[in-house]
Amino acid sequence: MTHARFAAVLAPAILAVLATLGAPAAHAHRTWLLPSATVLTGKDALVSVDAAVSEDLFEFDTNALQLDGLSVTAPDGSVLPAENRSTARRRSSFDLKLTQPGTYRIANVSETVAASYKVGGETRRWRGNPDAYAAFLKELPAGAQELRATRMQNRVETFVTYDKPEGRAFVPAGVGLELMPQTPPTDLSVGDTSSFVLLLDGKPVADTDVTILRGGNRYRYKMGEIALKTDAQGRFSVKWPEAGRYWIGASHGRRPGDMVGEDPASAAAQQPVRRAGYSATVEVLPQ
Amino acid sequence: MTMHLRYSVALGAALAAPAFAADLTLKIELPRLTVAEYHRPYVALWLEKSADQGFAGNLAVWYDLKKRDNGGAKWLKDMRQWWRKSGREVQMPLDGVSGATRAPGEHALSLGSAQALAALPPGDYQIVVESARENGGREVVRLPLQWPVRAAQTVRAQGEHELGALALEVKP
Repeated sequence: MTHARFAAVLAPAILAVLATLGAPAAHAHRTWLLPSATVLTGKDALVSVDAAVSEDLFEFDTNALQLDGLSVTAPDGSVLPAENRSTARRRSSFDLKLTQPGTYRIANVSETVAASYKVGGETRRWRGNPDAYAAFLKELPAGAQELRATRMQNRVETFVTYDKPEGRAFVPAGVGLELMPQTPPTDLSVGDTSSFVLLLDGKPVADTDVTILRGGNRYRYKMGEIALKTDAQGRFSVKWPEAGRYWIGASHGRRPGDMVGEDPASAAAQQPVRRAGYSATVEVLPQ
Repeated sequence: MTMHLRYSVALGAALAAPAFAADLTLKIELPRLTVAEYHRPYVALWLEKSADQGFAGNLAVWYDLKKRDNGGAKWLKDMRQWWRKSGREVQMPLDGVSGATRAPGEHALSLGSAQALAALPPGDYQIVVESARENGGREVVRLPLQWPVRAAQTVRAQGEHELGALALEVKP
């Protein structure tokens, strides 16, 4: 029961990844957390966050993002509980009460394995928790061939600041892709330059594509994506051209289409290839 | 009360040993707006160095002081430029700087005895005026100020929507 539910709720995220890989940019699915505000002050500071996988950026037009891996880090490094969690068909939501001054790191982390294989010319698919992969292999029918399996590590984030941008919420988890802001990731204005370091398993990752897209593409003809690459130190910088909410995305690893189908009994089949994905939402306000 | 206040301001200025003195009057017009729901604007006035727009001191901050438990502080961040330059670093209310919001119309502020000017090094500055209104817009207007003041003059500027006419009258 638990297992089935886990597999089902992860489906949108997997579809999102597959869509991103194969489809033209205009129809890409993107995963995001969208906070009601990124800069707060005064008493009773509360931020509400929506979470979804969508075609148009920051429109809840496709599927809710399941928040099983939600983790909110407060400025002092402690874990802040989310309140009023709910999941509807097209979006999930939760509230956060901000009490400590500083920047909060809001993340949803997921890890799953997606596999396909052929039995007598027919393609079958499986997806589930990485812990269940070994059992899945054992239960494969005799004659199964061309196994392609991907272990997907995804991290979706956004950041909000209460009073001053400070604190120590940014400690690498050391798994998959992560973003370490080198300048405060909140309280951004048009014309500001932000710098980040992209990490893979806790280490800077060089020469990796980063895509930045402003929300509201539903209302314009050109996507206007900003395409960047991390440098030798894993760094990239962006000068914010317009006010709006921006999505920062990166991925690393082999695409499922690149894989050679393996014999399920082979050693290679025991270790799915790894693909890591990352996305973050930041807000840029008028000067 | 008034006497006492004047005395303490004069004493404070004397202790800070102002390098330069001048008469500065800033006239600010808050436009009367015909909107369904009008709230008086939050307004911040501060000094910036012309060369790099570096913050050089607060002159005035008008915000809602009447809300219980300093509740009006919640919207101070809406004066975005001020918030980034100074607001998030200081505790409200700010002695000698913060005050209540003001009604539409013209307001004349005498800034000659402002603390921010008391120890201001000579140079080219701007007085920045930022207005932000609940359910309304935001506007920033800058007026140049050469410090110390060498000649009497008036600098004018005109806001477009949230601020009206502004005039800075200076006399040595």
